[in-house]
Amino acid sequence: MSQGTLYDKVWDEHKVTQLPNGQDQLFVGLHLIHEVTSPQAFGMLRERDIEVARPDLTHATVDHIVPTSDQSRPYSDDAAEEMMSELEQNVREANIEFSDPSTGDQGIVHVIGPEQGITQPGKTIVCGDSHTSTHGAFGALAFGIGTSQIRDVLATQCIAMEKQKVRKIQVDGELGAGVEAKDIILEIIRRLGTDGGVGYVYEYAGEAIENLDMEGRMSICNMSIEGGARAGYVNPDETTYEWMKETDYFQENPEKFDELKPYWESIRSDEDAEYDDVVHIDASELEPVVTWGTTPGQGIGITEPIPHPEDLPEDKQETARRAQEHMRVEPGETMAGYDIDVVFLGSCTNARLPDLRRAAAIVEGRDVDDSVRAMVVPGSQRVQEAAEEEGLADVFREAGFEWRNAGCSMCLGMNEDQLEGDEASASSSNRNFVGRQGSKDGRTVLMNPQMVAAAAITGEVTDVRELPEVTPV
Amino acid sequence: MSDFDADIPEVRAVSETGVPIRGNDIDTDQIIPARFMKVVTFDGLGQFAFFDVRYDDDDNQKAHPMNEERFNEANVMVVNDNFGCGSSREHAPQALMRWGIDAFIGESFAEIFAGNCLALGMPTVTADSETIADLQDWVEANPDGDIDIDVENETVTYGGQTVDVDVDDAQRQALVEGIWDTTALMSANSGEISATAASLPYLK
Repeated sequence: MSQGTLYDKVWDEHKVTQLPNGQDQLFVGLHLIHEVTSPQAFGMLRERDIEVARPDLTHATVDHIVPTSDQSRPYSDDAAEEMMSELEQNVREANIEFSDPSTGDQGIVHVIGPEQGITQPGKTIVCGDSHTSTHGAFGALAFGIGTSQIRDVLATQCIAMEKQKVRKIQVDGELGAGVEAKDIILEIIRRLGTDGGVGYVYEYAGEAIENLDMEGRMSICNMSIEGGARAGYVNPDETTYEWMKETDYFQENPEKFDELKPYWESIRSDEDAEYDDVVHIDASELEPVVTWGTTPGQGIGITEPIPHPEDLPEDKQETARRAQEHMRVEPGETMAGYDIDVVFLGSCTNARLPDLRRAAAIVEGRDVDDSVRAMVVPGSQRVQEAAEEEGLADVFREAGFEWRNAGCSMCLGMNEDQLEGDEASASSSNRNFVGRQGSKDGRTVLMNPQMVAAAAITGEVTDVRELPEVTPV
Repeated sequence: MSDFDADIPEVRAVSETGVPIRGNDIDTDQIIPARFMKVVTFDGLGQFAFFDVRYDDDDNQKAHPMNEERFNEANVMVVNDNFGCGSSREHAPQALMRWGIDAFIGESFAEIFAGNCLALGMPTVTADSETIADLQDWVEANPDGDIDIDVENETVTYGGQTVDVDVDDAQRQALVEGIWDTTALMSANSGEISATAASLPYLK
């Protein structure tokens, strides 16, 4: 078992006791809730006549079903309106703070926690959403839970868990132009597999990780779960602390910053920490990665050929054949030139301000291809506002993108933003599962925001580094 | 806080017929497409389990084991590698449970999915790919044949043979001893909870 890692330290710090079933009972420092996975848990509490134990450590937002166009109430979709009303009632009754759209603080749960400073190093953070791993970017221990576990947390502010192993993923070297955090994580998942992380927590370390801004670290931790790891984290450092300082919480409580910094420093993995496994990746060898299949592990460098199923390990062959049939791609060819109908720049993976800036730099002065329906869905109202203030929204609109309101949107197709029929999308989101973006025949190609922007311009999967007169960052 | 001790049965063994669902990396978006999650309860989700692979655009049935009459009464789902990956939605095991599934046997399960199953008292037992392939073939040929899952002793018996399987330690203990209602279990430790909270630097 690992020793001296951030995971070990934060676990010990929050361990309440060992349960008779062998699991540990962990205290939860922050419980984030949203409209899709929490109503049933509140229902379970009502059935048992239990009150929410720590509303002060619980925070709500609405993101999955919220319309990104017309947000006037009642929502035009009755089911969405019902879910929103239910959440409003639940948070009102339990006295839980709610970043609803009227506050200007609403957004995807994994974007707003870090913005407001309630996501902090050394906290345990849970949410009924698998991408909760995102918050690990701050050195928090953060993971997704199911609805029965949400009930547990609402009722006790604790979670029952078994400790997992820790795999250090050491990413050395510098990223080349047009290559981003997204490509690092797609490469990790491709190499270690979609189930490679089952039973593990991932610690992302090394020069390439340390050089990333917080948004890049969030993109990586976000997709830990796509590699099977329920949680992933980066040790907190000056980049983390700079972010924390600017957040609401520490602006309002500046003394807390100095009080907590020693704790944050203390939970960093020790120099001589022991890991259950270590993997090395050379960032300088990476190129933009795109997916050719229907799992996030079916990725490939933009100049590399799509694999022949028979060249893959035997247990991957059948999945690959079905994926290639669904995607209508040919082994031996590259993904460059694959026709795109829809461009989606959004999601908890890649819809923060720097993501939009990099994409806007590619889009500026160009037009979206006539064959493409393109949309930008900012990750939060704050991202939206900031992007509007600095002119990014105009860049996108002038190029022919729709500029939407904040939410999960087409990442999972629970609101009106969906693929239709067999449309193919170039998407900055995290899952290319069959049916994920709202149409069972839809086809999703995952890629970084600059690559998404390039696809919007050309109407096909395009190596952003080859786009004429463009300098990718 | 002991007034909500739910009636939690022990799950020592499951003995029922099976249904094979073949393929690796079957994700929870397939098990329950997101559009069916626009609900505030889990009631009625069973009919939407695997909807998009079971029905075409006009809601006509497609070829799928769960559409076959011979598997209508099945309670044990036999699956392959990384079953239940993707979204944390408990709607996925809830939908399968409401369709009639009580237990899973597979090569491996995504962690959140397995955790959700445990919270519902459904075992997720694992075996190597060869064992699973044999069992899937057997279920295919013997849709009425009983599969006995012995959670406590980590075996599966079918067609006159017994094979070894793995059950995660905590899962085995929780199911066998009937202590998988973690809400009741954890709320009993209110003193320790307060002490831990009081010790956390960020809550001081």
